[in-house]
Amino acid sequence: MNKLTKLFVTFISAITLALVSFSSSFAKVEGEYIVLGSAISLTGKYSSNGVHTQNGYNMAVDRINKMGGVEVQGKKYKFEIIYYDDESNPKRAAQLAERLIKQDGVHYMLGPYSSGLTKAIAPVTEKYKIPMVEANGASRSLFTKGYKYLFAVLSPANQYLEVAIDLAVEKNGGKPVRIAQAFEQDAFSQDVRLGILDAAKRTGSEIIIDDKLPKELNDMAATLAKVKATKPDVLVVSGHTKGALTAIRQISEMKVDVPMLAMTHCDAAKLSKQHGKNSEYALCASQWHKNLSYKDKFFGGGKKYDKDFKKEFGYAPPYQSAESSAALLVFKDAFERANSFDRDKVRDALKTTDMQTFYGNIKFGPGGQNVAKPMILFQVRCKGDTCENKVVAPTKWASDKFYHPIPKWSERS
Amino acid sequence: MDLLIFQAPILMVQASLDGILLGILFALIAYGMALQWGVMNIINIAQGDLVILGGYIAYTMYLAGIHPAWGVIVSPIIMYFVGWALYKLVINKVVDRDLFISILATFGIAIVFQQLMNFVFGADVVVAQSEYGTTMLFDNSVTLPNSKIFAAAISVLYAIGLVIYMKKSRLGRAIRATAQNARAAKILGVDTEKVYAATFGINAALCGVAGALISITLTLHPYVGLPYTVRSFMIVIVAGLGNLPAVAISGMGLGLFEEFADYILGTEFRIGAVFMLLVFILVYRRFKLSKKREYLK
Repeated sequence: MNKLTKLFVTFISAITLALVSFSSSFAKVEGEYIVLGSAISLTGKYSSNGVHTQNGYNMAVDRINKMGGVEVQGKKYKFEIIYYDDESNPKRAAQLAERLIKQDGVHYMLGPYSSGLTKAIAPVTEKYKIPMVEANGASRSLFTKGYKYLFAVLSPANQYLEVAIDLAVEKNGGKPVRIAQAFEQDAFSQDVRLGILDAAKRTGSEIIIDDKLPKELNDMAATLAKVKATKPDVLVVSGHTKGALTAIRQISEMKVDVPMLAMTHCDAAKLSKQHGKNSEYALCASQWHKNLSYKDKFFGGGKKYDKDFKKEFGYAPPYQSAESSAALLVFKDAFERANSFDRDKVRDALKTTDMQTFYGNIKFGPGGQNVAKPMILFQVRCKGDTCENKVVAPTKWASDKFYHPIPKWSERS
Repeated sequence: MDLLIFQAPILMVQASLDGILLGILFALIAYGMALQWGVMNIINIAQGDLVILGGYIAYTMYLAGIHPAWGVIVSPIIMYFVGWALYKLVINKVVDRDLFISILATFGIAIVFQQLMNFVFGADVVVAQSEYGTTMLFDNSVTLPNSKIFAAAISVLYAIGLVIYMKKSRLGRAIRATAQNARAAKILGVDTEKVYAATFGINAALCGVAGALISITLTLHPYVGLPYTVRSFMIVIVAGLGNLPAVAISGMGLGLFEEFADYILGTEFRIGAVFMLLVFILVYRRFKLSKKREYLK
């Protein structure tokens, strides 16, 4: 009896397996749908940014489908995305990528959230020769491995704060500056650091403090005391949202006076909301801002995107959403230019992408990184108790003047 | 640059004060851990997550417009019941088993707590503002955030309160009796089950106080509990169980050591340096113990 049951179970599972593999092998394009796959962090520590990413993807899918979809060989297709929750876990993300490709038969991938997870997925997509357009992995090491199927719509991490150093030198009358920097010890922040080292070399600037903050650290008091004692011209901090919030908290508490403070992750940390006036004058690197004057026919411009996104999801879009939406525009463009669903043709079309989206110009360099879009810097400015991010660099899109130097704490109300 | 601290000796004052203030806060968490480790022989891996949960209670009050400093009163009350419930649900099943089982159980609790906090409070890093300002010393060259001074003062108050409670109250004496010999205490009429539940509750309450203080001095995130567990574990290892003054000194000492390691060895080595110290202390202890054993032979 027992044996019989076992045999039966085996038989049933074999049939199910066979059915699954048969039914899904044509899933790349099902009827009028082009199926994209994405492993995304809906739970775990990246879940808020994972959801921003997913909202960005969904918004673009809806918009493109509503506006006629994708035209390939004279036929209109619509986008559809299969999502799996990677639980913010790189191992899980790689497994899910494999599952999307092998079981669900997905032939085109959208990236996950964060550099770490993108790094976990890229070898899988590369192995199966699946083109992946990603919007949330900025680490420089993603673009130096010679990946052929990876395309990123965002600027690489080393470019995040380079502009800030140039700006500091410019404000210093073209003379080199003294830089103090504190970076968390993770792939992304260390890439940002490399960018600063390059900029320092280029401008002849001197790095007087170069602290690497351990990941577990939530106290920067020692670094800031050193900054206070050495009086640099610029203080650069990068350590994700925790780093940004800790830095502002302790800079304001310890009354550290620096003429210029440049950081990353200010908007993700909701710096201007959580720290209010204490965050004023902080200079922040951002991939995108709604005030930029880029345009496309799907979303109009940044301001319209901001408005539509708010209407649909009830909050202002962070840049993570904007860049994710842009990834879909890139795919649509590539499919239409390739005029085929052949993976390699789509990949070749992606490689020659040269377009403008509401998010910025997109053109891929040899490593797959976007080389056509500069990073922007905004500065937190307050009126009364409400603080806002104002674009101050590059000058072409600046809506406000860069306030320099930061007034001393003793002079701030 | 390595020797900045010697060029500007005032930094030594800053480093010492920073280290001591933070050390006192960590000592409070460690004291809770030492207490329940001593009484129940349980190493609580979820210690840091209880701290963060306490922090989120204060943060929720802050969002509701109440000053987060009130969290040092509200948070321990809520956390006491959380701890008590945890004991009734999970810990009472592992309390008499070996250490490994209790580590596994509390590790599981830690994961559940992290996910729950992530679910309820979201995955963003948050801070509560105390607006306490700053104390400037030595012509503004040493700055101490008043929130850190407040945190240290409250920690000391709670610690003293607890010591008195342990010495004078009925429950306190029952807890100490159970710690010395649970079986004997039981024979003499102490309801050890109740004592265990209360101990776990008191530990959670201490975590609640520490969490509320962390919400106004540092940052909160559902997944940052582990460093607090590790830190308090180290303090307890160095200090030994059931010895409050030793825990306080060990907490402050580690805080000091870490700050100075930062200036002398560099920021990237500060946590590594603390772990090196731990290894050193453990080896030294073993050496001393083996000598003692030889006497006994």
